[in-house]
Amino acid sequence: MLENLKEKLTKSQVFRSIFRHGFPDNDMNRAYVVFSNVFLHIHPVKVRRSALRMRYTFCLGGITLFLFIMLTVTGIWLMFYYTPYTGLAYNNIQDLQFVIFGGNLMRDLHRFAAHGMVLFVWLHMTRVFMTGAYKAPREFNWVVGVLLLVMTLILSWTGYLLPWDQLAYWAVTVGTKMASYTPFIGQNGPWGAQLGFLPTNDIMFMLIGGTVVGQNALIRFYVLHCVVLPLFVTVALAVHFWRIRKDGFSGPL
Amino acid sequence: MENKVTREIFPRDARKSYGLVELMKGSAPIVKKEPEDTVYTWPHLIMIELICALLVTAGLIILVQFVHAPLRSLADPSTTPNPMRAPWYFLGLQELLVYFDPWYAGVVLPGMIIVGLMTFPYVDTNPKGVGYYTFSERKFAVFNYSFGFALWWVTIVIGTYLRGLDWQWYWPWSDHLVHMNPALVTLVPLHIVFVNLLHVSKDVGKALCDVLFFAYFAIGMAIPYFFMRKFYDAMGGARYFVFMIFFLSMMGVGLKIVLRLLFNIKYIVVTPWINV
Repeated sequence: MLENLKEKLTKSQVFRSIFRHGFPDNDMNRAYVVFSNVFLHIHPVKVRRSALRMRYTFCLGGITLFLFIMLTVTGIWLMFYYTPYTGLAYNNIQDLQFVIFGGNLMRDLHRFAAHGMVLFVWLHMTRVFMTGAYKAPREFNWVVGVLLLVMTLILSWTGYLLPWDQLAYWAVTVGTKMASYTPFIGQNGPWGAQLGFLPTNDIMFMLIGGTVVGQNALIRFYVLHCVVLPLFVTVALAVHFWRIRKDGFSGPL
Repeated sequence: MENKVTREIFPRDARKSYGLVELMKGSAPIVKKEPEDTVYTWPHLIMIELICALLVTAGLIILVQFVHAPLRSLADPSTTPNPMRAPWYFLGLQELLVYFDPWYAGVVLPGMIIVGLMTFPYVDTNPKGVGYYTFSERKFAVFNYSFGFALWWVTIVIGTYLRGLDWQWYWPWSDHLVHMNPALVTLVPLHIVFVNLLHVSKDVGKALCDVLFFAYFAIGMAIPYFFMRKFYDAMGGARYFVFMIFFLSMMGVGLKIVLRLLFNIKYIVVTPWINV
């Protein structure tokens, strides 16, 4: 009877319109399920057995991606409760901690998934280096990977400001102060003052929208953290994955 | 040797096409391909990914039962915490501020780290060691990566656990509430050391430092060129130059840290604009 029901279900117009094929319990459907699904089609239909060895990849890249997805989900959840206004931001975080159901869980998950993502990007990079997987024809994908590492760090750092507590405020104050030491375009940097850069027009001013970290910095970091950087990371990830497939293998995998 | 075909056992039919077919173990026909050791992504790879995702989720949910995201008091521009700590992944850079001026430690070095990382696949000409873990086949590459990696993580550990008030060095058993006396250590630029040791004028001392600085890079560039010809020839001029600039700069950072910690040297090169 169950067999009959399954037959009826998978052959129905609705099921077929969604999945286009039956259950992936035979080789043909296992191939269909991968290349007819937008989420799965970043995979090849078949993979070498050696590429599945856990002790080769340790799943590090996959875990990094998964943490990014998790950060997106928890991040969007947090956005419902957060106002990028210096008078409210800190209260919002306290509300998340003490009032809102699940607020603590989501904030903690977001925080530690972020730490995890930084860590796992590093580990993934180390794994790729140690197995020489960046060599031709995958040179450029390594470069894209480095860009992703940089974006991950900036993402993490821009998010650091949002709780608007002492930790956030001073970590970002120290960090953005660095920008004012940039040679040529920072007021404190070598040849910065000589080129006419002042606290009100140099690179640090552009970064935080003022001479000190304040409301403008908060809204800038908020937009960078929630919109700009995630978009860039998503695009770079698409390139990163696409090129794994298109560049071919650099080794006997 | 050759057996002449006298009679066709299987006469060709002009209306049909023929192919070579072999029987082998498997679950699907492979057309125009050699037999290969592959499996279907679904379910083999998908299952691994799913398990990984579940384990990470479970791990994180368990973790956050014990540790929580910190929230200090409301941001207050008039009260500076001491010490001010950057997020842990930037503590390495913050620690480098002890050894270099901000324009170098905070801007130029991070830039060089990023660009240097990007050059890896273009300067590594060793065709061996692809697709498996090996140290013996690419000792120099692994050494370089590990050195940079170690520098990054050691400075993070120092920044996290061994720095206290005023970013002074505190051992875990030191009293973290008492300010260290900064007067205990006097930092001097290298040329002052020459002035005192060799009794030369300040300008001569400075010139000596400049010569030393450039000699470090010049000799560093020259040694493999003259004495490790194989290494140079494998890379070619452009790759060699790019690699050595980054390599010598990285080693220079290590060297400067040693000079600063052991001999209290503040700067090697002093100019009116920049000090290194």
